[in-house]
Amino acid sequence: MTINAMKISSEAVTRVAYPVLGLLLLLLLWQGYIVLFDVPQAVLPRPLAVWNATINNLPLLLSEGRVTLLESVYGFLLAFFLGIPIAVAISSSRTLNLMFYPLLIATQALPKVALAPLILVWLGTGIESKLAIAWLVAFFPIVVDTATGLRSTPTEMLDLAASVRATGWQTFWKIKFPAALPFVITGSKVAITLAVIGAVIGEFISSNEGLGNLLLVANSQVNTPLAFAALLALAVLGMALYAVVAFVDIALKPWFSEVRH
Amino acid sequence: MTSSVAEPQSTPQEAGDIYGRFVGVRKVFGKQEGAMIALSDVDYELRKGELVALLGPSGCGKTTLLRIVAGLTKPSGGSVVIRGREVTEPQDDFGFVFQSPNLLPWRTVLSNVLFPMEIKGRLDAAAKARAVELLEHVGLGKFLKSRPHELSGGMKQRVALCRALIHSPSLLLMDEPFGALDELTRMEMHELLLGIRRLTGATVMFVTHSISEAVYLADEVLVFSARPGRVSDRIRIDLPYPRAASQRFTTAFSEYERRAGAGLGVLHHA
Ligand SMILES: Nc1ncnc2c1ncn2[C@@H]1O[C@H](COP(=O)(O)OP(=O)(O)O)[C@@H](O)[C@H]1O
Ligand SMILES: [Mg+2]
Repeated sequence: MTINAMKISSEAVTRVAYPVLGLLLLLLLWQGYIVLFDVPQAVLPRPLAVWNATINNLPLLLSEGRVTLLESVYGFLLAFFLGIPIAVAISSSRTLNLMFYPLLIATQALPKVALAPLILVWLGTGIESKLAIAWLVAFFPIVVDTATGLRSTPTEMLDLAASVRATGWQTFWKIKFPAALPFVITGSKVAITLAVIGAVIGEFISSNEGLGNLLLVANSQVNTPLAFAALLALAVLGMALYAVVAFVDIALKPWFSEVRH
Repeated sequence: MTSSVAEPQSTPQEAGDIYGRFVGVRKVFGKQEGAMIALSDVDYELRKGELVALLGPSGCGKTTLLRIVAGLTKPSGGSVVIRGREVTEPQDDFGFVFQSPNLLPWRTVLSNVLFPMEIKGRLDAAAKARAVELLEHVGLGKFLKSRPHELSGGMKQRVALCRALIHSPSLLLMDEPFGALDELTRMEMHELLLGIRRLTGATVMFVTHSISEAVYLADEVLVFSARPGRVSDRIRIDLPYPRAASQRFTTAFSEYERRAGAGLGVLHHA
């Protein structure tokens, strides 16, 4: 192994080892706090109790997790496949742009989850309403980032298109759109995280399944270890979904290296 | 890399027909107060098959003039007439090489070179064969399927050159194409460009701020001065063809460099 390769692998070890060390330290503090102040389990369970609850309820966590996963993913996909055409429409028509782009930016300030109760009234308590809330929160980052990407095509690329007499349509599909893909991915990273939050909020407001629902049920039964186990499952779910998008990002990065700045 | 055909060449000056005419070409950026004259009354006759270097400090309007000729920018006054027709928009038989390689990073090398043909709806077997031939000619035959990020700066600029040549343009416009390359790569590119020019007979306008690059490549050097950008000298370079690197060290060469330097105001005539 070369010295360089050794450096890299020791760097990799450091990058894994330190967060693990940090986590262990936190768990230790957590445990220490409970022992020291004699905190009852109903208020704060010990780390080991959470772990046991996770293992014992694994089938339940998986089946409820599947529900939340589907709500989040469908919500995200809906946001993705509706958001991109809308961003394309706003970016390619000056009229549509003038009419809707400012509104779109303005709605960024609106806390979309505030609409959740209304959506439940409209769509009922089934999966549709969760999906709709997940869609709603995931939609805006995708539209706004895609639209931003379509407006930030490097001018030299546009000159290239002009110099070969590309039509507006050709310039759009062969230059602007591919050049905007890094922005689409950035938006998707935010959107996928928000979609999970949207799904859980939908479940909080009214549901009889999903991890958000499990969290509420466990809470009402003062089964704090199970509530923590549900939280842990949610964290894993969120990170896994984010990792998928981040992976696509990393895979495409070199192709787009020159577009980003 | 370059197929250095050593056959004797007629000096391009003898070709001589007028290819294009620039009459009072001006460009002003901005409105009344705070307006900036980027280019002031450029008159020039561009001869067919010649290589003209536009030499000047940065900000003197070289890119602006090149863009006006390319039809990418409208002049504020005057006109550029190429082969009897005024240029008001990009033309099908022009090729443009940008200051940065300006490749589309999501496309392969081959498909970058084919981009103009794709746009023109002429993406046929002949176009592909020509693209491969061009890339082989510039020494990139093994990189057809590579992506731009896998290439060095010099390789990228060669791809950009092939892209500009794919449709056999009669006018090649180059904006400081080798400015970002190191000295050795740049000298390789000079040989490549001279070789390609010999093969294609294209008329070339070449922007540079390097005195020796201008003198080495050009049949005529237009020396620009800044604020307002205007032509301060026209130097015919009567060095024999084919040009060879050894000519860079001749007295005649230095004399041309001295005169160009004087035109730029960096040197004074002895
Ligand atoms: N689109 C533009 N708007 C305003 N000023 C410009 C624009 N393009 C160029 N200029 C100005 O015109 C002058 C000449 O620019 P340019 O032709 O790029 O010079 P050069 O290529 O010789 O460095 C510079 O001062 C530059 O700032
Ligand atoms: Mg310039």
